[in-house]
Amino acid sequence: MAITVRIPTPLQRLTNGQGEVPCEGKTVTELLADLDRRYPGVKERIFDQSGKLRRFVNVFVNEEDIRFLQGDQTAVKDGDEVSIIPAIAGGT
Amino acid sequence: MSYVLGLKCRECGRLYPKEVINVCEYCFGSIEVDYDYEAIRRVFSREAIQSRPRSLWRYRELLPIEGEPTVGLNSGYTPFFQAQRLAEALGLEELYIKDDSVSHPTLSFKDRVVSVALTRAKELGFDTVACASTGNLANAVSAHAARAGLKCYVFIPSDLEVGKVIASLIYRPTVVAVEGTYDDVNRLCAELSAKYPWAFVNVNIRPYYAEGSKTYGFEVAEQLGWRAPAHIVIPAASGSLITKIAKAFKELRQLGLIEESSTKLYAAQAAGCSPITAAIHERSDIVKPVKPKTMAKSLAIGNPADGYYATKAVLESGGWAEAVSDDEIVEGMRLLAETEGVFTETAGGVTVAVAKKLIEQGTIPRDESVVICITGNGLKTQEPLMDRLGHAVRIKPSLASFESSPAGQLAGLSTKR
Repeated sequence: MAITVRIPTPLQRLTNGQGEVPCEGKTVTELLADLDRRYPGVKERIFDQSGKLRRFVNVFVNEEDIRFLQGDQTAVKDGDEVSIIPAIAGGT
Repeated sequence: MSYVLGLKCRECGRLYPKEVINVCEYCFGSIEVDYDYEAIRRVFSREAIQSRPRSLWRYRELLPIEGEPTVGLNSGYTPFFQAQRLAEALGLEELYIKDDSVSHPTLSFKDRVVSVALTRAKELGFDTVACASTGNLANAVSAHAARAGLKCYVFIPSDLEVGKVIASLIYRPTVVAVEGTYDDVNRLCAELSAKYPWAFVNVNIRPYYAEGSKTYGFEVAEQLGWRAPAHIVIPAASGSLITKIAKAFKELRQLGLIEESSTKLYAAQAAGCSPITAAIHERSDIVKPVKPKTMAKSLAIGNPADGYYATKAVLESGGWAEAVSDDEIVEGMRLLAETEGVFTETAGGVTVAVAKKLIEQGTIPRDESVVICITGNGLKTQEPLMDRLGHAVRIKPSLASFESSPAGQLAGLSTKR
């Protein structure tokens, strides 16, 4: 069993159109590195040049924003669901 | 005739065709509509605008549609008036209210954004529209979709005020009450929009939708006699309205419709959900998300999509921000009602109370023009007022009963000669 990563529309071209892909890792950082190994190019889209998550990218682990958890060091385990979501969505 | 050249990433400047795109594929930046201002300048004059029907569509050249407007033909151009009694109460010389609490047809400024979004959604070939909403947007999408003959799904947090739920259900959309906060609803809708072929007005067609808010700013300037106020106090949830009012004044200046001037923008939030205010107070461009806890549910967005841009717009304008408690919110609602006869929702209470705070602390000067933005109607958010306004005086239908009641005693005092 792996961790399910949900891919936002703008990145689905890199994942051959798939909206969900399995990945592995112990933390969000490791997981996203694994995602980039499987689908090269993801990393430069979601991280800025200094290696930080871009301002307009939000990551959720099991529906919780990682900024309320331990950020990119948030632990993940098999069976978890991780969503990458553009920040510029919704709101009134 | 369209004046839209295309879409453009606000961060990296990458260009996109005018389709269904809401984030930059490369940097995840915000997508904005790119207009042909030179062509607009040739046809867009004060005289042309004033000759048109009194709706938000009188500013059509600066709205991102291709053909003629088809939705919300009676929306916009809401009352704007000098608020003499509130000005006295606040110690101001020149105060105005822009009153979208009586917007047609759903009593909030969301009629503006939805008119634009649904006109555009129809142009793009959608037959179903949807939204993530704290209530007002759901009402507006439901009503305008009904009239436009579109299928409609609205997603709201499950703890909304009854008035806001009923005011969606009546139009018979599919109302989905999500067990969570607005931010949960928002995230879910972002995921749903990748899966369902629907126009989520504030998600996948957001660049078009958001432009509708500019009409609030255009109207303020036109109704003020073609000038921008020195100060404007704006409620902030996602922060979008602040950025669009700033853009509206900027476009009017650029097109020569108002004089060169500067307007200080002020963000109004509830203390139980004030991520934009916190960033402004720290003069930081990092907006830290919060878990909302406030009676002002229409402003309860803990992770504001446009927080970054709103913070920047406020700071660049030389404005400021404040947050107020639930008690202050109710006081704000009462003050507006008692002085100006306008019953606004909790968000309007926030705006009035924040304006009061900014004036008392000396941030807003007393001798310059100020506009307070009222964006929603109090009939939709009655719960917080239930135990705070006292009760009606109950009597028997007789003269004696009236005269022996507190109401009669009050009347007796006032008629003694």
